[in-house]
Amino acid sequence: MDKGKGVMPSNGRRWAVDFSDNSTSPSSRDVPDPPGFSRASIDQDDSTLSRQKKDAESNWKAQKAWEVAQAPFKNLLMMGFMMWMAGSTVHLFSIGITFSALWQPISALQSVGKIFEPYKDSRVELLGPKLLFIALNLGGLALGVWKLNALGLLPTHTSDWVSSLPPAQEVEYSGGGLNLS
Amino acid sequence: MAIRVFHFILLFLSFTNLTYSLYEDQVGLMDWHQKYIGKVKHAVFHTQKTGRKRVLVSTEENVVASLDLRHGEIFWRHVLGTNDVIDGLDIALGKYVITLSSDGSILRAWNLPDGQMVWESSLPGSKASKSILNIPKNLKADKDDLILVYSKGSLNAVSGVDGEVLWKKDFADESIEVSHIIQSSDVIYVAGFVGSSKIHVYGLNAKSGELLDKNHAALPSGTFGELLSVSGDTFVVLDEMRSKIVIIHLKNGEISYNQKHISDLTEDIAGQAVILPSRLPGMFALNINSYVLLIKVTNQGELVLVDKVNNGAAVSDSLSISEDEHAFAFVHYGDNKIHLSVKNVNDWNHDLLKESIVIEHQRGKIDKIFVNNYVRTDRSHGFRALMVMEDHSLLLVQQGEIVWSREDGLASVVDVTTSELPVQKEGVSVAKVEQNLFEWLKGHMLKLKGTLMIASPDDLAAIQALRLRSSEKSKMTRDHNGFRKLLIVLTRAGKVFALHTGDGRVVWSILLPSLRKSEACENPVGLHIYQWQVPHHHALDENPSVLVVGRCGPSLSAPTVLSFIDAYTGMELKSLSPAHTAAQVIPLPHTDSTEQRLHLIIDDNQHAYLYPRTPEAIDILKHEFSNVYWYSVDADNGVIRGHALKSNCVQEAVDEYCFDFRDLWSVVFPSESEKIIATMTRKPNEVVHTQAKVMTDYDVMYKYISKNLLFVANAAPKAAGEIGTVIPEEAWLVIYILDTVTGRILHRMTHNGCQGPVHAVFSENWVVYHYFNLRAHRYEMSVVEIYDQSRADNKDVWRFVLGKHNLTSPISSYSRPEVIAKSQSYFFTHSVKAIEVTSTAKGITSKQLLIGTIGDQVLALDKRFLDPRRTVNPSQAEKEDGIIPLTDSLPIIPQSYITHALKVEGLRGIVTVPAKLESTSLVFVYGVDLFFTQIAPSRTYDSLTEDFSYALLLLTIVALVAAIFVTWVLSERKDLQDKWR
Repeated sequence: MDKGKGVMPSNGRRWAVDFSDNSTSPSSRDVPDPPGFSRASIDQDDSTLSRQKKDAESNWKAQKAWEVAQAPFKNLLMMGFMMWMAGSTVHLFSIGITFSALWQPISALQSVGKIFEPYKDSRVELLGPKLLFIALNLGGLALGVWKLNALGLLPTHTSDWVSSLPPAQEVEYSGGGLNLS
Repeated sequence: MAIRVFHFILLFLSFTNLTYSLYEDQVGLMDWHQKYIGKVKHAVFHTQKTGRKRVLVSTEENVVASLDLRHGEIFWRHVLGTNDVIDGLDIALGKYVITLSSDGSILRAWNLPDGQMVWESSLPGSKASKSILNIPKNLKADKDDLILVYSKGSLNAVSGVDGEVLWKKDFADESIEVSHIIQSSDVIYVAGFVGSSKIHVYGLNAKSGELLDKNHAALPSGTFGELLSVSGDTFVVLDEMRSKIVIIHLKNGEISYNQKHISDLTEDIAGQAVILPSRLPGMFALNINSYVLLIKVTNQGELVLVDKVNNGAAVSDSLSISEDEHAFAFVHYGDNKIHLSVKNVNDWNHDLLKESIVIEHQRGKIDKIFVNNYVRTDRSHGFRALMVMEDHSLLLVQQGEIVWSREDGLASVVDVTTSELPVQKEGVSVAKVEQNLFEWLKGHMLKLKGTLMIASPDDLAAIQALRLRSSEKSKMTRDHNGFRKLLIVLTRAGKVFALHTGDGRVVWSILLPSLRKSEACENPVGLHIYQWQVPHHHALDENPSVLVVGRCGPSLSAPTVLSFIDAYTGMELKSLSPAHTAAQVIPLPHTDSTEQRLHLIIDDNQHAYLYPRTPEAIDILKHEFSNVYWYSVDADNGVIRGHALKSNCVQEAVDEYCFDFRDLWSVVFPSESEKIIATMTRKPNEVVHTQAKVMTDYDVMYKYISKNLLFVANAAPKAAGEIGTVIPEEAWLVIYILDTVTGRILHRMTHNGCQGPVHAVFSENWVVYHYFNLRAHRYEMSVVEIYDQSRADNKDVWRFVLGKHNLTSPISSYSRPEVIAKSQSYFFTHSVKAIEVTSTAKGITSKQLLIGTIGDQVLALDKRFLDPRRTVNPSQAEKEDGIIPLTDSLPIIPQSYITHALKVEGLRGIVTVPAKLESTSLVFVYGVDLFFTQIAPSRTYDSLTEDFSYALLLLTIVALVAAIFVTWVLSERKDLQDKWR
């Protein structure tokens, strides 16, 4: 504002109203408050109202956060059903299901902060929902890994480790055979 | 994990890829086929009457063929069996080609124009003798034209019309070596020697074979060589001192002779005389040293020397050009040229033809010459000469020029190796690219049309032509996929050819000077060809080279010839005639700093000689001294011995490149029950990808992969012969798998009631072999797979995760790992000439067996069919792993013949070479014909197919990019409009 004033003459501007100014002292203004307008009463009214409102909101937020935290559970059941449907053979469908089952929890875990962002409040305890959310997603991940293993796509067998081992070198060399004819 | 996915893909492929086959328009894209006939033995020209300009030939590869005289192409050709050696060839009745083969026991008539067989008759006999085919003119018995055949000790008169034997006269009891059949009106005279000095003549009735008279006379001394007919009843032969010529007259069965010293004819030439076997009326040719004497026999029986030719090479048979005029051709060398003269027999001073021809030095000397005449437009006689060269090639010379030539030496390939082509040089000229750009675009447009199925028949033909003459495949540089290579083949003539794999053309050829007949080397034979230097890391600027090992004569004690040839230029780098012999050549797995491979040549006294003879090579060998072993198979005595290097030779002359061996072990097979009939080892350059084989339940079997394994097949001594000579109870086949370092027998198995011939192939940890089952009256194939049990307890995953295992550390055969073998047998319909297995660069691709069948085709059979894990009812998991339900016989799928509609006549061997592209293996099949192709046992999973339309891809990409751009612009515009609203 000071800056605005300072540059005013040079711009040739006569007056300006700063709507963002909500200082209570009318003396600092060029223009007096309209008659019947009391600045102090607004502030008071606002503070009581907002306190009530905020309480409701934080309650609502906490409730919502728990809801969000429980959401993966449904997902988990859904995934389990899909996996059961997909069967245990490796084909496009089962691989797709399994990878989506792995990807969903991972992406969810990555964005835990973002998901609970709207419910962030100094008065709302988000740790509980977050932990539940993480736990459920880890459960989903575990389900995915279990499915992966069931499909035989995890290196849990010796065969997965030795199948690319080159043959051992031999120390001796022997040649010969029938005489050349 | 990945394995499972891989198996899944394999399974998927296995459904699509049960048959390896190609489409009709793919023939000739990657394969080529060349037809040959071999070294010509006899040639008979069609007479003027038959009109067509053709020549009939029979060759040392047992081929009867009719060649076009204009271009040298084959009109028709028949390849007889390997034991069916052709002894005689002639034309009968003006329409039949008569061949006498199999030591004179089979007489066949082929239709002259198209080569169809008209009749065949067998002429049995007990006594082995020379066989003579004589087709007399105008000799008839009851209207039948007679063909006289002397074979197996009896004279047969065969009807020319249907091959029926009209009469037969047996001479088996007379102990006579019949050498000539003379026919005069109604009497047939048979002349021959008893011993070397008694001449006998029998007169027979031509119509009935009745013996009319019999006469004999004793010559004053023994004879040398063959009796040569000079005219109807006059013969010449050399006496046993080779100094006199004996002239024998047989007038109406009466024998009279006179003789003359060669020195009386010519005084200034002395040496060992040989009568050349050319048939000239009233004349004969005598070879003394490098001189050819042409000697005329007068009616009075006198000899007159007509001409003396230095550096004479060959004399043709005579040719009747008119009623009583006979011409013949002879060639002699001079001034780096070949001088061909055609002369009239009766008029010596007059040349009918005199020409000088320049023939490539690489073709060597002229071996045989056949002459034929034609009538020019001015009614004079023209002559053409068919020449058989030292390298077995065939040339037609007419009017002083070579009209055509055939590289028929390639019909007798002895050994094959390969070489890489040079790396492409930097800086391809831009002009060339620009010039080709339009062509390239046009080609791709055509292909695009083909892909979109809007091509007209003309376009389709253009596409096919474009694909076939793709210049890409015949370039002389190395390609990215490793499809272009040089096939270096050694032929029986001692000539080395380099063939381009792209189109099969001869890149270079060299008739090895060291393998040519000379006084020092009487009967040179090329034995093997080895890769001597394969530069890839250190010595890239050097050309690769090959080593040819030859020997002067068939016996083991004949002197050795070594020849080193540059694989790019075909120049002989050097040739050695070492003092030692060569019984075996062992290429060692070590190379020196210039990438020359170390070779040990073992002589017949069990000394080893190291090559290359450099101090560096000795250092390398000293370093590996205790690890180099050698084994010898003595098939005659049934012994296999193992040896190890001991020390330098103990000889008078110190040779630090010579080493002694000590005997380590020997395996002696009981000679009364077993005889070695086949041995097989792994290819030394085979690459194996993995040592583990994964079973269906994730279990692991460790393959026993050792290069020092030897497969030996022993048959019962009685059953070592042909099939059908023994009853099943007397026949058995015992197979062994030996470790050649320690002599340990890893596996032994007996097949009762089975016998050879055994054909085997050894690869990775398995052997597949083919034999005959006498009880089932069918051929069988068996597979034996060897697994290493001592590694089987490596089961802890964590040890692998942490890398704490010793599966890749070097192993020794002396650790005596416990092995188990699994085997299974199947019936197989065909009898087999050769078995080979595909080889790929990394050994990842699944293998196919290549079976050269008796029909001279090559069948590709998946190794999966020969898998000991096959069961009648495989479980679901096993099926997923690609295990085929067990059947009693191996399937023969017509589409899996890699030779498709072609035949590789006289198939003798199959060679597989890995390409750089892992999926692909190059296959070269040789016999009388040559065939080359590329095969991909699991399809070309690592590259786009040849007919992939890059233009379509490009077009799609461009269209997509354009679409993205347009939609982006549109969406931007819409956004802006939305904002203004």
